[in-house]
Amino acid sequence: MKISGAEAIIHCLLAEGVDLIYGYPGGAIMPVYDELYKFQDKLTHILARHEQGATHAAQGYARVSGKVGVAMATSGPGATNLVTGIADAQIDSTPMVCITGQVPRHLLGSDAFQETDIVGISTPVTKWNYQITKASEIPEIMAKAFYIARSGRPGPVLVDITKNAQFDELDFVYEKCTGVRSYKPVPKPDVKAIETAADMINSAKKPYIVFGQGVILGEAEAQLKALVEKAGIPAAWTILGLSAMDTDHPLNVGMVGMHGNYAPNVLTNECDLLIAIGMRFDDRVTGSLDTYAKQAKVIHFEIDPAEVNKNVPADLAVLGNAKETLKLLLPLINDNEHKEWRAEFDKKYEIEYEAVIKNSLKPTKEGLTMPEVIEQINLASGHKAVIVSDVGQHQMMACRYAKFKQTKSNITSGGLGTMGFALPAAIGAKMGAMEREVVAIIGDGGYQMTIQELGVIFQHNVPVKIVVLNNEHLGMVRQWQELFFESRYASTVMTNPDFVKIAEGYHIKSRRVVERSELVDAVNEMIASKDPYFLEVRVEKEDNVFPMIPSGASVSDIRLK
Amino acid sequence: MEKQWYTISVYSENNVGLLNRISGIFLKRHINIESLNVSKSEIEGISKFTIVVFMTEDSTRKIVGQIEKQIEVIRAFYHVDDETIYQESALFKIASDLLFDERQIQNIIKESNSQIVTVARDFFVLAKTGRRHEVDEMHDALEPYGIMQFVRSGRIAVSKARMPITEILEEFQNQ
Repeated sequence: MKISGAEAIIHCLLAEGVDLIYGYPGGAIMPVYDELYKFQDKLTHILARHEQGATHAAQGYARVSGKVGVAMATSGPGATNLVTGIADAQIDSTPMVCITGQVPRHLLGSDAFQETDIVGISTPVTKWNYQITKASEIPEIMAKAFYIARSGRPGPVLVDITKNAQFDELDFVYEKCTGVRSYKPVPKPDVKAIETAADMINSAKKPYIVFGQGVILGEAEAQLKALVEKAGIPAAWTILGLSAMDTDHPLNVGMVGMHGNYAPNVLTNECDLLIAIGMRFDDRVTGSLDTYAKQAKVIHFEIDPAEVNKNVPADLAVLGNAKETLKLLLPLINDNEHKEWRAEFDKKYEIEYEAVIKNSLKPTKEGLTMPEVIEQINLASGHKAVIVSDVGQHQMMACRYAKFKQTKSNITSGGLGTMGFALPAAIGAKMGAMEREVVAIIGDGGYQMTIQELGVIFQHNVPVKIVVLNNEHLGMVRQWQELFFESRYASTVMTNPDFVKIAEGYHIKSRRVVERSELVDAVNEMIASKDPYFLEVRVEKEDNVFPMIPSGASVSDIRLK
Repeated sequence: MEKQWYTISVYSENNVGLLNRISGIFLKRHINIESLNVSKSEIEGISKFTIVVFMTEDSTRKIVGQIEKQIEVIRAFYHVDDETIYQESALFKIASDLLFDERQIQNIIKESNSQIVTVARDFFVLAKTGRRHEVDEMHDALEPYGIMQFVRSGRIAVSKARMPITEILEEFQNQ
């Protein structure tokens, strides 16, 4: 049966199980939008208010559901507006397929209206990309795009489709892609390496686990928990590993990295065995590499061979999907408790509690703190909410203080640090998990980068809860200016609009909290709401996030104030 | 770690965007590619990139890891000069009258073991294949007489050890 390329694209999406896409129409993608109109009962298209919002929504959807997020845009500016979200998905390993329209094949390279070389532009930030210029290529390339996006270490794929290929007809036959001969997504587990790992773990006196998003992407949460409990190993997480293990688990010792917890950072340099699971030793995690865990042997469980020995040399690499490798490891692990070693973490926690946490959660000063707002969200939602955070001080506070009982619950822009991520990502997260409470925690700076996506929330009545922690500053930059640039606040003071009125303009229920006495009631009202809800909390203007490892310093030199 | 010359050999699918993807890996790390050659390989339908860089082994290993990660790359290898047999080619375009006026030119042609590719009324073309220093020596010898045009190719190299690409492809077929 002959169908148009545009219709073929819809059939490909349906065959891949896609029922929701985010996008923005325009000239070069109009044939596909015409088919979307015809197929609207099977495939929902959500009109973002800017293409960047479409990518972040697709990312939020992918991160909460584990499925591939799909974003669509036209050629030229539509395509270039996707780039930030694609780069974000690349560095945070998020499965996403972006489809862009392109000028007709005969106009390629002629500087036609809305022509841009999106394949060239997106090459460094995609896992794979391809330009389709013939309708007959569509089924095979689309199948390959989804396979590559979701397999192995996931990532974004961009498929650019010239307009003639959307109009032309093809004989449509769809076969799912099951392999690409030049691409090996998951290394086979090496049993020898796993046996060596078990020996190293069994003989370690002070073993320490740092896990990352590889546990979530590999769905290895149960295996991680089993390992931690059987071997009695304290486990810390990177920002993207958060929620892979219950926050309240007695062996969960907190966050590593620049604004992580005190014990996990300091004790990185006291363990005798560092077991890294599905993490990539980002510079925000390690601080100075010259002084990072030099005393310890390092085992690196990792799916991507290019990550091994990239930043931190591994004494042993265990390649493969974390679920598979940990499954093979578990029977070889001896029961252990490591009581004294674990007590070290408790002692260091007490130090951080006294110096930082106590005053953050129960402040003696008048102004509201970010942590007390987050704590209130924890209580009101029963630790069950998906927390979507943006980038900056509020993000570090959200990750430090939010409590989780369920995996895939912390969604944030970790690697790229994209301000403006949270609002659209929260829309995608809610639509990917309608049964769950989704709370976006955003700073006043990042909120204004994608604030127009309130239009999506209003139009589709997406019941997300939006909390803006307003300190009238670009807080994290201001903090660095205070600490490292002698308080010269260059362009970090914000004169903000009336956020409540803006939300009201979109007919979203809204409330502002200025006094501590209003906080509990306001957060409870927000969580109880069945509709979208906007809450602005005026917080202390010049608070800092501590602990902090100054850029380039050692994890041992983490500052408590 | 000391820098030295490495020859990176990349076996890949023949894809229009791959050169851009691979060169981007070097660009992103501010590494200069000393020479680059792309050709067909011993296996039908499989391309081979030969890339020469001056780097530490640690950086080379990481770069090769990043190259191998690209979807259309089958395998990438790196070798030091001793582990490969390598050559470059060069063409020299020289005014024809020099061939008769300057006796030394004929000696240079003989001693350099180069070939005359063509002789026209106004110019003749010499081709030289060899190591970089041999090409450089010939260039230096001819330069005083005037070279109308000069071009040198990227390095081409084969490794002394095997590069087992067929096995990788067969393994995939058998899956």
